[in-house]
Amino acid sequence: MTTDAGYPPDATDRRLIQATQAGLPLTPRPYHQLAEQLGLDPDDVMARLKRMLAVGIVRRIGVVPNHYALGFVANGMTVWDVDDAEVDRLGELVGRLPCVSHCYRRPRAGSRWPYNLFAMVHGHDRGEVLGYAAEISQTLGQACRAHDILYSSRILKKTGLRIGD
Amino acid sequence: MAPLDYVLDETDRRIVNALQGGFPVCARPFEVAAGALGLTESELILRIERLLAARALTRFGPLYNADRMGGANVLAAMSVPEHDFDRVAAFVNAQPEIAHNYRREHDLNMWFVAAAETPEKVESTFQYLESISGYHIFRFPKQREFFVELKLTL
Repeated sequence: MTTDAGYPPDATDRRLIQATQAGLPLTPRPYHQLAEQLGLDPDDVMARLKRMLAVGIVRRIGVVPNHYALGFVANGMTVWDVDDAEVDRLGELVGRLPCVSHCYRRPRAGSRWPYNLFAMVHGHDRGEVLGYAAEISQTLGQACRAHDILYSSRILKKTGLRIGD
Repeated sequence: MAPLDYVLDETDRRIVNALQGGFPVCARPFEVAAGALGLTESELILRIERLLAARALTRFGPLYNADRMGGANVLAAMSVPEHDFDRVAAFVNAQPEIAHNYRREHDLNMWFVAAAETPEKVESTFQYLESISGYHIFRFPKQREFFVELKLTL
């Protein structure tokens, strides 16, 4: 699991994180430019990014598509009530389905909220989301007792990750 | 949100599909990534710039894992009656700890994430929101995150 405490970012890592929150410079030598901006050695900047990638502080480096603007306007949070003895094994399988962008095990909240597995899917329309939910349902099989799909109808607030210095 | 007024061509789609991860960490990373796509360094930079300007991309760069920063973030939900929804949404959104907030079609109709330096600070944010709004907050801290492939395919 990825929530294990790993290598903690030091003060210089945090400066690097802050400097790249808006993104990488779009210049031929982006890491050199960052180094210059932060008063660091370019090799140090690259070594730090590689280390943060290796330990999972950086999930990945690349483009982040805007799902909504690219036509994936149906955003469904699918939630599943899965047998506790099976949820960890099955959650791994659900996470690997190509339609799933995030997948977590979370606590239930009594009879009002019996769901312990959350899988986010994005489709061009709700029909596509329903098709994806059917794939997830098939993956979970008998271990799943109930499910629901919560479509988002409005983004009320969306800000990036804030890192204090 | 308005639909995109920029039409992606085949090369744009190949860039989006191929570069959702694995951008190299080296002296000339655009040159290396462009080579794998059969493009030039300057063409790749120009196209990423254009895709960002057109909002086809929200970001380009390292994607950080908030869980590894030493901080805490928790998904939570509230059931807010329609007549009170906008008041509560404005109040929830005004808290700096709230990173995002979505309206969803369910009895639990407001879903938000609180992020802070410590779990205690996240919890005190929730308690404050509960005391002011008068509605219970359901807390859904992640117990396990499952590995997800990169895969939006255009």
